[in-house]
Amino acid sequence: MTVNGQPVSAEVEPRTLLVHFLREDLRLTGTHVGCETGYCGACTVHVDGEPVKSCTMFAVQADGANVTTIEGIASNGDLHPVQEGFWERHGLQCGYCTPGMIMSSVALLSKNDRPSEEEIRHGIEGNLCRCTGYHNIVQAVQFAAARMRGEEPPAADWEGGE
Amino acid sequence: MTTPTRTRPTVTSGIGDSPLRPDGVPKLKGEFQYAQDLWSEGMLWGATTRSPHARARIVSIDIGPALATGGVHAVLTADDVPGPGMFGLEHPDQPVLASDEINYWGEPVAIVAAEDPDTARRAAAAVVVEYEALPPLTDPEEADRADSVFRRLQIRSGDQEVTGEVVVEGYYEVGTQDQAPLGTEAGLAVPDGSGGVDLYATSQFVHADQSQVVEALGLRPEQVRSHPTGVGGAFGAREDVNLHIHLVMLALHTGQPVKMVYQRSESFTGHVHRHPARMWYRHHATRDGKLVRVEAKILLDGGAYASTTSAVLANACYFAVGPYRVDSVLVEGIGVKTNNPPCGAMRGFGAVQSNFGYESQMDRLAAELGMDPLELRRRNALATGDRNPTTQQVIQTPLPVAECIDSLAAIPLPDGDDPILPGGSGLTTDRSHIVRGVGYSVGIKNLGFSEGSDDYAEARVRLTDEGAVVETAAIEVGQGLVTVLAQMARTALGISKAIVRHVDTSRIGSAGSTSASRQTQISGGAVMEASRRLRERILAHHGGDELDDLGVHRAGELIAPMSELIREGWEETYTFRHPPTTPPDDDGHGDIHADFAIAAHRAVVDVDPELGLVRVVRVDTAQDVGRVLNPVSVQGQIEGGIMQGVGLAVMEELVIQDGVIRNPNFTDYLLPTILDAPDVEMLLIEQGSWWGPFGAKGVGEPPTISSTAAVAAAIRNAIGRDLNRVPVRPEDIAL
Repeated sequence: MTVNGQPVSAEVEPRTLLVHFLREDLRLTGTHVGCETGYCGACTVHVDGEPVKSCTMFAVQADGANVTTIEGIASNGDLHPVQEGFWERHGLQCGYCTPGMIMSSVALLSKNDRPSEEEIRHGIEGNLCRCTGYHNIVQAVQFAAARMRGEEPPAADWEGGE
Repeated sequence: MTTPTRTRPTVTSGIGDSPLRPDGVPKLKGEFQYAQDLWSEGMLWGATTRSPHARARIVSIDIGPALATGGVHAVLTADDVPGPGMFGLEHPDQPVLASDEINYWGEPVAIVAAEDPDTARRAAAAVVVEYEALPPLTDPEEADRADSVFRRLQIRSGDQEVTGEVVVEGYYEVGTQDQAPLGTEAGLAVPDGSGGVDLYATSQFVHADQSQVVEALGLRPEQVRSHPTGVGGAFGAREDVNLHIHLVMLALHTGQPVKMVYQRSESFTGHVHRHPARMWYRHHATRDGKLVRVEAKILLDGGAYASTTSAVLANACYFAVGPYRVDSVLVEGIGVKTNNPPCGAMRGFGAVQSNFGYESQMDRLAAELGMDPLELRRRNALATGDRNPTTQQVIQTPLPVAECIDSLAAIPLPDGDDPILPGGSGLTTDRSHIVRGVGYSVGIKNLGFSEGSDDYAEARVRLTDEGAVVETAAIEVGQGLVTVLAQMARTALGISKAIVRHVDTSRIGSAGSTSASRQTQISGGAVMEASRRLRERILAHHGGDELDDLGVHRAGELIAPMSELIREGWEETYTFRHPPTTPPDDDGHGDIHADFAIAAHRAVVDVDPELGLVRVVRVDTAQDVGRVLNPVSVQGQIEGGIMQGVGLAVMEELVIQDGVIRNPNFTDYLLPTILDAPDVEMLLIEQGSWWGPFGAKGVGEPPTISSTAAVAAAIRNAIGRDLNRVPVRPEDIAL
């Protein structure tokens, strides 16, 4: 498979999950394990452009696929607009859910560059966060959507208004 | 006692600003090292054999088959524990590994180190333990009758014979909540080759981990260094030791680094939970709504081992009346020992449970009196200078109870429908069947450690070519401590360039626990005072009158550039203590607490009464925050804290039957998703703490304390039915 643009090849046991292959064989530990049951979304990566919870997929199922992890989202050291949004809008606290949140948000914005708040919430409903109460995560995605459209991001709600 | 340093407007990203998180970029890029991500060449993987019984006698343990598994380097049992083999945050009553008796489901019996995680888990399963199962004690009332208790606490204030014109009684229950941080327990222990070990593990309090490892295993203190490590959420779950001692045993036994990561199901039994509560209340009042007497009996199930039950029970009892004036009080508190899973710290720490009791009672009393529920609370609101009705302590800190109530009431109620129906994306409900309800709750909690504990934090501030470097062992769990400590150093020093660096237990004194909403106040106090003293020493040494990023100035002229100060190697270490507290006397009285904080919540819910489904539309709040040091972090704590309170109100419960957790996974233990999150509008009430640095009060716990009871009250208001238990389940509404 290709991971973050680099060809990768390894012998793995048939039962090895994609997330364990990424974390333990490739040492790409930015993809986190939260629940092991496909519920929390901390392990979300892109497989051929689609968001996938990598604890629900065997590594061999990704044979030949193009996999992108959180480590492959920034380009030339610059933060991706979604990463920038999570930073600027305080969309993270402990940060454990953040890589999965970012991968789901990037996938959402690739299909819908002007999501409503409701569409954002539905778009990343498969990702749990235990710290933030989600409000700033919505603002982070709105920030990123505007940035990716080349527009000025909306003011944060703590910057006046509301 | 310290006086706040004046705010220096020349400093950027100081107090009152919201600088971007310094740990943001590594967390956003997947480069931040959580305990799960640690790696050491040649390391082994640990796993734990756990009891399948809640109570049993161990007849025999055969490690032979496990040891014979290929790739296994060690299988250790109680016989291999080198020291006394007992640990506990407050009382060392818990065995590192069970030797002859099992006291809860999931209790560790053996530990394994192997070359990969799967082999380790297979070997742990291959340990043959013969048990004689015994009937578990799981009913907390039976435990009370059998005097199986960790602590009893009685509080008596005022005339015990007085009665009110109006009396309301109620019985209330709180289910078992789990902290459910997204990262499970994890760690790595690395032997140093000379009998010592470096421990990197999930924690809220590395010095307590270190001392428990040392005492349990009979080591010398200098043999164990505990290092602050990346933590994927905490909320109380990381205050107690779990895998720490096991990791050190395996590393010292094998001479190799050993890593261990709990799976989610194991995490649910590997850490303590929020205490489930049973509470009996009787409130007496006059016809015009003045509280006359409050009687309460509060029974908390501490489970099999002590953990922090004693302190959690104390909080539940000291705040059993809430932030209200009343002369006559009788509180009986019992923290029982059973064969249920051990309970300990979770955000709110006892104050959550009794809040549901006393606020349900205040609503019941308001209904009985025909009075507006907020008006009843306002008439009885406690204030600075009053005595806390339980402890009789005179409250010296600003206590804006009435202000919180009035501010909350001024937030407009929503009009119009919520876009999300009860039942979420299933959309099973016709909108015409939905009923709306509004409910209130006001909560109070202590900040910092209480009852005479020596509560302190050490911090060091150094001037280096990186700027001002704050060294601390205080754990960042996501709340933003690394941001705010640097802000304090900048403002107190007058230097814009400041960073926070975590150091291990051998290199700095304890910062205490990241719990009890205490680090901003107490580690913050240490950082502020160390910075202030450092600034004064530098100015005195050079005879200057101003310090900034350029160096020392005198009468506007630079007399010692920063490069010179850095060469001089300035540093200052300070240990901060909050005003001393006392243990309770026989009536539960004393100067028990150092500081207090208030929050008031108003919940709006939509309920489908036929299916028993609830949508929490919004939770608005007014919170007493002392002074806001970082507005965005405070907002984040409040929104996240409310979410956990909403979780306890309507969905989060560990289902425990005969001592066995029936839902130890995220499929069956329900956490709020982004579609369950209510809108939040908040008003921050700023009246500086009487001792907190820059006037700060802790802000982490109050959002969780009264949001649960507000949601329950709103559901009652919607359906017109008594609900005496949280979480409120569909059958409680629909059947």
